[in-house]
Amino acid sequence: MSMTYSYYKNMQLNNIIFVYQGEVTADLVSSILQMVENKLEGEGEDRKVKKRVFNVMVECLQNVYHHLDALPPTDPSNPVRDKTALLMIGREEKDYYIITGNHVMNDRIPEVKARLDRINRASKEELKQLYQEILTGTGFSEKGTAGLGMIDIARKSGQRLGYDFHPVNDKYSFFSLEARVSRIPEK
Amino acid sequence: MEALRIESTHKTPRVILDPENGIFEFSGRSIPEDSVGFYTPIFDWLDGYSKQPLPVTHVRFDLEYFNTSSSKNILEVLKRLEAIHNAGYEVRVTWYYDEDDEDMEETGQDYQALLNLPIELSVKVQS
Repeated sequence: MSMTYSYYKNMQLNNIIFVYQGEVTADLVSSILQMVENKLEGEGEDRKVKKRVFNVMVECLQNVYHHLDALPPTDPSNPVRDKTALLMIGREEKDYYIITGNHVMNDRIPEVKARLDRINRASKEELKQLYQEILTGTGFSEKGTAGLGMIDIARKSGQRLGYDFHPVNDKYSFFSLEARVSRIPEK
Repeated sequence: MEALRIESTHKTPRVILDPENGIFEFSGRSIPEDSVGFYTPIFDWLDGYSKQPLPVTHVRFDLEYFNTSSSKNILEVLKRLEAIHNAGYEVRVTWYYDEDDEDMEETGQDYQALLNLPIELSVKVQS
């Protein structure tokens, strides 16, 4: 029990308003969205900021839900044994931040990294163009998503996306993604 | 043909497709994980309607949020309306957004740019 206070202090120091570690299901994503939405509502956050945070949160959470990799639980190199992830939302003085963490297979890293780097280099106008190209382009990816999520997150965030790949073993790394939403509404 | 009515949920919009009066409405939020599953019956219905559309169809989009997979399905809805418009029928689409919601306004502009379909952007009156 002695850890409880240090968890509490740690969350408070890092301005974490919500954190979850565990299996990610569609129902869980719904519950988290509802809970955080109520929380934003209750704290009287600016309506536009609230909407943007919610939007970014939807994309981040659904992105994890659709894309997290899991080997069969029987595979000895599977570090997680199920579809677990980390979801975290925090509020600082100037920004909200939304962080997701999940395992990805090492051979997918170059592709994900290239996509994020491309998005981070793009101007606002280029992101809009890229979004329209994908929107009108070929159908859905095999997982049923439009491949638009990351671009949308970047557009709504207006800031660079932070990311990291932490090596776990020869098959897996832990991928974290951070999106920030400014609390200062634009004029 | 029969009207299609879907009540809204926390994740899906209210949808009304009324073929008798030519009044269609999409309102609320559209953030389902499986957006294709939600929109497929709507596509099927619109494909039926497009065979015998009314001379004038009014379409109201009054959406609060939608996720990116819905954005692709909404484009598919609009493409079906565009086809009806291109066949010589009148289709009047109004895209509502909150005054301070530039994101939703911009999304409406994106669709305007992508389609040969009159889409009117309209600020929602605050309740």
